[in-house]
Amino acid sequence: MISLNPKLFDADVEQVPIRQGFGDGLLLAGKADERVVALCCDLTESTKMDAFAKEFPKRFFEMGITEQSSASVASGMAAMGKIPFLSSYAMFSPGRNWEQIRTTICYNDRPVKIAGSHAGVSVGPDGGTHQALEDIAITRVMPRMVVITPCDSIEAKKATLAAAKTNSPTYIRLAREKTPVVTTEDTPFEIGKAQIFYRPAVAIKVGIIACGSLVYNAIMAARELEKKGIGAVVMNIGTVKPIDREAVVTLAKECGAIVTVEEHQVAGGMGSAVAEVLAAEHPTKIKFVGVQDQFGQSGAPAELVKHYGMDTEGIVAAIENVIK
Amino acid sequence: MADLHDDKIKFLEEKALAIRESIITMLVEAKSGHTAGPLDMADIFTALFFHLLKHDPKNPAWEDRDRLVLSNGHICPVYYATLAHAGYIPMEELMTLRKFGSRLQGHPHRDFLPLLETSSGPLGAGLSQAVGMALADRLDRGMATHRTIYCLLGDGELDEGQNWEAALLAGKEKLHNLIAIVDRNNIQIDGFTENVMPLESLRAKWEAFNWHVIEIDGHNMREINDAVDQAKAIFEKPTVIIAHTIAGKGVPEFENDYHWHGTPPNKEQGEKALAELRTLGGKITSEHQ
Repeated sequence: MISLNPKLFDADVEQVPIRQGFGDGLLLAGKADERVVALCCDLTESTKMDAFAKEFPKRFFEMGITEQSSASVASGMAAMGKIPFLSSYAMFSPGRNWEQIRTTICYNDRPVKIAGSHAGVSVGPDGGTHQALEDIAITRVMPRMVVITPCDSIEAKKATLAAAKTNSPTYIRLAREKTPVVTTEDTPFEIGKAQIFYRPAVAIKVGIIACGSLVYNAIMAARELEKKGIGAVVMNIGTVKPIDREAVVTLAKECGAIVTVEEHQVAGGMGSAVAEVLAAEHPTKIKFVGVQDQFGQSGAPAELVKHYGMDTEGIVAAIENVIK
Repeated sequence: MADLHDDKIKFLEEKALAIRESIITMLVEAKSGHTAGPLDMADIFTALFFHLLKHDPKNPAWEDRDRLVLSNGHICPVYYATLAHAGYIPMEELMTLRKFGSRLQGHPHRDFLPLLETSSGPLGAGLSQAVGMALADRLDRGMATHRTIYCLLGDGELDEGQNWEAALLAGKEKLHNLIAIVDRNNIQIDGFTENVMPLESLRAKWEAFNWHVIEIDGHNMREINDAVDQAKAIFEKPTVIIAHTIAGKGVPEFENDYHWHGTPPNKEQGEKALAELRTLGGKITSEHQ
């Protein structure tokens, strides 16, 4: 079993925004490799590029509010041997600049790393315009693009460092709100590898595949179900693309039913990617927890996660429904 | 500065004529593709590849080479023809344009032809990439860089807002190692640019974005050469060369007619066009006939 935060089940579990891990990882990547450059669209502090900008002012580029051009500028820098990280809110990058990412980064085969912060409804009060719920769908559909959805700040740091070392265009999905720290510095991370994060002591009835900030809720849901004698294995699928097909199929074979959990539209997201694998290789009963073809709205993050059925209670209900 | 003697000008003009002939032949064979832009940019491509660019056809990946970004990818017949005449690809390969398995895709794609600096086609994205290259070049080599980043753009594609985002950044960063060349042929698919979406005053727009602006006759080798020389001597700003060209230049039937933007000549029209090119519109009786 993978080692997780020993305080994971405590009420006072440490909480850190996932985007903070990106900022920490970017600084380390910048120290490790001088080819790393950072471009930001007027959100330097908010996307946590500020530490890199301070440490490496010459390698940091303030782009202003130009997400479309910035994606292509990053491509041009990569053409000259740089490893560019471009950050904005996910709604604008890869939201607004999708075609620039497709043509000038993926089609061009340039290793630009897109960091999209403020994904999901947990953005909170800013409301639906700023809550990216489609970004996994629009990035994973592009050939060559790697899509990573870290579950906490520590995994985000590792994902950022790992992305800096590959030649692939990469999308790293980040969240604004403080998120319980699930992993530890010692938890292994590898692009393309899914991991079992929770295995109950009772008979297994269902497998939960979760990503991003909801991995914590998925584990809490599994704990609730365990008390009721229902065994739910929780898998963290840190990389949505390339998806760990073997791990997904193995889990489905073991559990017989799957519930996917993501802070994203159920159409086209991580759950869809899981369903594509299972439909082809091991048809399995599946239920999707996520946003059901709706836009987000203003509210407190926890309130919104609950409203859209992605809190612990919502996940428990979905699981009880699927194993009926 | 690159000296340009009269005999070199004559050499360049003959090369441009040969490239135009290749363009017509390729398009007739391909049965689809764009005619007007490639013909009107033949002089600028020739001046670049046979006089101005620092490049090496035997070593396309040479680190010290200048970079050339073609933003309006649809004019690639002139790019491919020039690459063939410069020795990058075999001449006979030009006849594979737009065919299955060809390295010469309908719009340029680096997967098929890796010596291309960028893939292109969707308009408005080239200048941003050139700006990124110029930023990276300056980061590595400072103000003393001897590399120049060229970006070739169509005038119609300046409708795209992305160009102006890139222009803002280039002006802010004072990218002296960047030269944009706009093919001001005044046409786009739906008509004349000033009817579709007026661009004038184009000079004032670029100046307002903090660019140095030079306007030239895009068919005059000396003016092309002198403009690039001047651009390289400007260290305070990026330079845009607005090259006034005649759409479809060289074939009277095609000139200034926007219908030829995206239409290839058929066999008969192609033969007539080749005859027009070889006799300079009937002004000379050529031994080619």
